[in-house]
Amino acid sequence: MTAPRSWWKVRPGQLSASVALLPLAMIVLVAYAGTVLWSLRVSLTDARTFPSDVYVGLAQYERLFHNERWLLSLNNLALYGLLFIGLCMVVGLLLAVFIDQKVRGEGLLRTVFLYPYAMSFVATGLVWQWLLNPELGLQNAVQTLGFDGVQIDWIVDQDKVMYTIVLATVWQASGFVMALLLAGLRSIDAQIWNAARIDGIPTWQVYVFIVLPMLGESIATVFVLLLTATVKLFDAVVSMTQGGPGNASEVPAKFIMDHLFGRANLALASAGSVVLLLSFLALVAPLFYARSRYQKRVGHP
Amino acid sequence: MLKFARLAALTFALGSAHAAGPKAEVIHWWTSGGESAAVKTLADAYISAGGVWVDTAIALGEQARAVAVNRILGGNPPTAAQFNTSKQFLDLVEQGMLNPIDNVAQQQGWDKLLPETVLSVVRVKGHYYAAPINIHMPTWIWYSKAAFKQAGIATEPKSVDELFAALDKLRAAGLVPLAHGGQPWQENIVFTAVLANVGGTELYLKVFRDKDRQTIEGEAFKKVLLSFKRLQSYTDKGAPGRNWNDATSMLITGKAGVQIMGDWAKGEFAQARQSPGKDYGCIAGFGAKSPYIIQGDVFVFPKTNDPQAIKAQQLLASVMLTPATQVAFSNKKGSIPVRTDVDNASMDLCAQQGLAIMKDKSRQLGNGEIYMSPDQNGALTDILTAYWNKNLPVEKVQKDIAAALKN
Repeated sequence: MTAPRSWWKVRPGQLSASVALLPLAMIVLVAYAGTVLWSLRVSLTDARTFPSDVYVGLAQYERLFHNERWLLSLNNLALYGLLFIGLCMVVGLLLAVFIDQKVRGEGLLRTVFLYPYAMSFVATGLVWQWLLNPELGLQNAVQTLGFDGVQIDWIVDQDKVMYTIVLATVWQASGFVMALLLAGLRSIDAQIWNAARIDGIPTWQVYVFIVLPMLGESIATVFVLLLTATVKLFDAVVSMTQGGPGNASEVPAKFIMDHLFGRANLALASAGSVVLLLSFLALVAPLFYARSRYQKRVGHP
Repeated sequence: MLKFARLAALTFALGSAHAAGPKAEVIHWWTSGGESAAVKTLADAYISAGGVWVDTAIALGEQARAVAVNRILGGNPPTAAQFNTSKQFLDLVEQGMLNPIDNVAQQQGWDKLLPETVLSVVRVKGHYYAAPINIHMPTWIWYSKAAFKQAGIATEPKSVDELFAALDKLRAAGLVPLAHGGQPWQENIVFTAVLANVGGTELYLKVFRDKDRQTIEGEAFKKVLLSFKRLQSYTDKGAPGRNWNDATSMLITGKAGVQIMGDWAKGEFAQARQSPGKDYGCIAGFGAKSPYIIQGDVFVFPKTNDPQAIKAQQLLASVMLTPATQVAFSNKKGSIPVRTDVDNASMDLCAQQGLAIMKDKSRQLGNGEIYMSPDQNGALTDILTAYWNKNLPVEKVQKDIAAALKN
């Protein structure tokens, strides 16, 4: 009777590889899992400036979900996420398809589209802020040209300010989405295009019914990256509106940062970050599960 | 070659200075032009008292305080660290992470010297944990003389009603009545000014210090909130998100009439070569009993057992409170000294006015942060900024404030 092969019994050749990976494993365990557990622990205490050992159960979570600014932040994030991810996907895909037509000056255009992503949003956010400011920016410029009726004042409007942040961040990220999807498009076998051409299928139908489904993997990757960008949305808000006017463009990451340092409330900030992590996992876990199921079915490693 | 010689000379100078006296590494967030000029007067005073000053300037108060706390926790504390005159460092005191400076306080007689409000912050359970360096008054009402003239306002407003009347006239003249920077902390300042001037000292303390639920939900406080909201109608469309100094420059150029802001705004006027009394006016408050709101900066001294470092901490604390340092520092910073027994000849008109008010103890009052924890102050700010920017029923705002300040 043979003993079941244990996970710790490694072949000699694998030993050095395992040792080499050890530092990485330690970093993952300590720096990622460890800090997550630490935040979880702190969120159950009454910590203010310093960590504390007095446990208060779920009191911080209760306070969090009675806090109007936090609830508004979650609302804003949901609205932002839907629009930002949706628009980035659409614009990025259209740009990728456009470049895929073997247009002239492809290299130049690719650089132009990708350029916003290469710049720090702290800087470009300020430019957006000036552009959208009704007294200094576009509105003023257009009105001095004689178009008095034109109003570009969304950034100071309670109900529309989130859309300006969507606009600015889509401008920044869609070039990046384009680059990823273009790589996906280029990896599609030329045979497929030839076959479609022989069958006389219109180009747009090839894209929609054949190419797009084949881009599934790339799109899933883009989705996860955009979702990450959504959850950690902070610099765009801080540089464009600082959460204003009033609390209208507050987001969870800013709530957490404000409470972590300025307001010396470690526990409430930790509770916020735990909630944020859990909701992120709730969105991403099904995706990864479906992906691994799919990969097993089609026989990828 | 010359470079090398200079370097050698510099090293020598630093080396010999090190031998000369106690070395103090000071963390602060004074990085703008006027601010660093102010901190230089502090360093000069310390150096001429025989010490060696090591400057660690970190932009943004929040950031500087976070670095100080992290270094204290990490066992590599600075000699001194800047905080605001507030409860920001109370947790540090309670955790036993600061050195008291009791003998300096006793030698200089802080109990008699310092305003009660400042004492209540630096003295915890009979020990002294922070050296106050200045007093800022956050709720000055500034006005542009040019704008007032254009709107036909002959005399400075003497009451809240007259202020509103002046704002109406400014609007009628096509000017921006109230130059406002629409950021939460600035809305908090406007609110504090309204609470002090419309509500009065008693109501102010009932709300900020006692956090009395009945008062907060009462009629007098409702009137304060409504006046606060009324001020919002005098701002322009570009206000949201505007920086305070951009709002001040609207006064400097005569585009706007009034701004409610701390005395650091004087620095902006000074840079534009405008002087108080001539180009702009400053009103501390309305009426003979109007309170002078105290805000300011202190230095705390993190715990250490190194006798040399303790010596530096003591020397630093005593230098900071000497009259000459206090005046020199505040003249650059735009604040006023924490002690009123100083020579006011070199101060500007507004500072002199402030110092005169400060001599009446009954008119001294702390700003919100002196009575509330950073967390409570933040929660209050969230509610106020929402009320300022949105149409909310005032009763709901009263209820929310009462809940946020519940101990």
